[in-house]
Amino acid sequence: MDTVIKPPVPTGSSQAAVEAPLRMQIRNLNFYYGKIHALHGVNLHVSANRVTALIGPSGCGKSTLLRTFNRMHETVRGTRLQGEILLDGEDIFAQDVTHLRRRIGMVFQRPNPFPKSIFENIAYGLHINGMAGHRGRTSEAVEQSLRRAALWDEVKDQLHKSAYALSGGQQQRLCIARALAVDPEVLLLDEPCSALDPVNTAKIEELLFHLKQNCTLVIVTHNMQQAARVSDATAFMLNGDLIEFSPTPQLFTTPSDPRTEAYITGRFG
Amino acid sequence: MKLAWRKFVNVVMLSLTGLCALVAVSVLFFILGYLVYHGGRDVNWDFFTKLPKPVGEAGGGMANAIVGSGKLLLLAALFGIPIGLIGGVYLAEFGGRAVPFVVRYTADLLNGVPSIVIGIFAYALAVMPVHHFSTLAGGFALGVMMIPIVLRSTEEFLHAVPRSMREGAMALGASKWRTITSVVLPAASRGIMTAALLALARVAGETAPLLFTAFGNRFWSPGWSQPIASLPVMIFTYAVGPYDDWHRQAWAAGLVLLGLVLVTNIVVRTVLSRGASPQRS
Repeated sequence: MDTVIKPPVPTGSSQAAVEAPLRMQIRNLNFYYGKIHALHGVNLHVSANRVTALIGPSGCGKSTLLRTFNRMHETVRGTRLQGEILLDGEDIFAQDVTHLRRRIGMVFQRPNPFPKSIFENIAYGLHINGMAGHRGRTSEAVEQSLRRAALWDEVKDQLHKSAYALSGGQQQRLCIARALAVDPEVLLLDEPCSALDPVNTAKIEELLFHLKQNCTLVIVTHNMQQAARVSDATAFMLNGDLIEFSPTPQLFTTPSDPRTEAYITGRFG
Repeated sequence: MKLAWRKFVNVVMLSLTGLCALVAVSVLFFILGYLVYHGGRDVNWDFFTKLPKPVGEAGGGMANAIVGSGKLLLLAALFGIPIGLIGGVYLAEFGGRAVPFVVRYTADLLNGVPSIVIGIFAYALAVMPVHHFSTLAGGFALGVMMIPIVLRSTEEFLHAVPRSMREGAMALGASKWRTITSVVLPAASRGIMTAALLALARVAGETAPLLFTAFGNRFWSPGWSQPIASLPVMIFTYAVGPYDDWHRQAWAAGLVLLGLVLVTNIVVRTVLSRGASPQRS
């Protein structure tokens, strides 16, 4: 097996120093788009209350891998998956997909608010999951989600305006708040800052730091600096193989695979 | 010399395209002006409130035909819009490759079927079995004409809803059906409503499908199972009739019909353009 798997080792920062329990385990995952073999026997684990980053050049399969975690790949025709993905020790494919996606939220590359008001965007997940309850509770949950996404102060006076009235960065934080409203255990972020300017990117990165106290985060990024800044563990992928998975400081300073070193020093990708 | 000739050809061709564009546009204004000239005087309060007078008596109106057109269009909408809408959802969201292709192709063919043939079809299906003309049969014929228009435009507006929006809903745990009803259809609703109203305005002027379904009536038509008057059929009857005041009233009816269709079109298009670009980034 050419895949290197190591548990995150203490890295000096106080939080990472404490060994975290595993939230997700990915075992020998193979993935196919029709006849194209897109992921080759990937093994990975995601520690609870940590940020795990997936990096690699375009087309390496990092987004594909992320989208299997909440079974979003099933919405694309002609895909096939082999292997095992466990959430808290349970097989995710044995669960009801609706229930699974409530537990594993997702934020996409481009902000994708619904054509509804800010309030309705946040309340949507509560409604479809039957968590809405009476109106007062919904309002409370909406406020709490917007606060967690650091958006409340900017929108509290315009909750009933269209979500499209917000700027791109605000829309992306709205999408994060929308995902947080149903209180997911894991939040998947698929290049969440790629459509944003540096100021808004910084805001989201700071947000991730706060979010991991109550949530487990997995972020796909093509920006190595971003992975280095925000994540506790990093997986480097290349052509559908997981090349190296290590604690972030270790991966960026003393990579064990020459291909990882070539990538992070900018020799390709 | 050569250059001068090329410049000359350029100017001529450019003027020609401009001229043709002008002709195309002016046809509408010419028709409108002609209708106002011939029918303007007869569009009065009586026209909207009175029944047609017996032959030989002056005056009277087309109140029954205006209400009749309204009733026929209501039936057409009730029949054509739901079928077109739900079929369009199927085309855009479900189905494999072969079935949508067949449905789409059939809808395009149906759209090209001459309206008189639709009339005969409705006659055979809704008039022959019950042995009399009826409002229902007329509404059915117009509804059939609406189906392909509503179906295809629903499909197009649903395709225009970005995939990322569907994924956003499904990632929150929404089922496919829930995603469609709560996110995709609302996002496309303005466009679909516009298309439905334009389809309605389009069939409002159809005469042929009504000739042997709704037939026509010089009096009020209570209920839904009697023959009923409509503006297009009234225009046809009055225009080929031998009396001068019939001709004038036919012009007036034409003006009213065109006015209604124009107003619907303009209102609908204004509403559509106001909501054309919801996506900001």
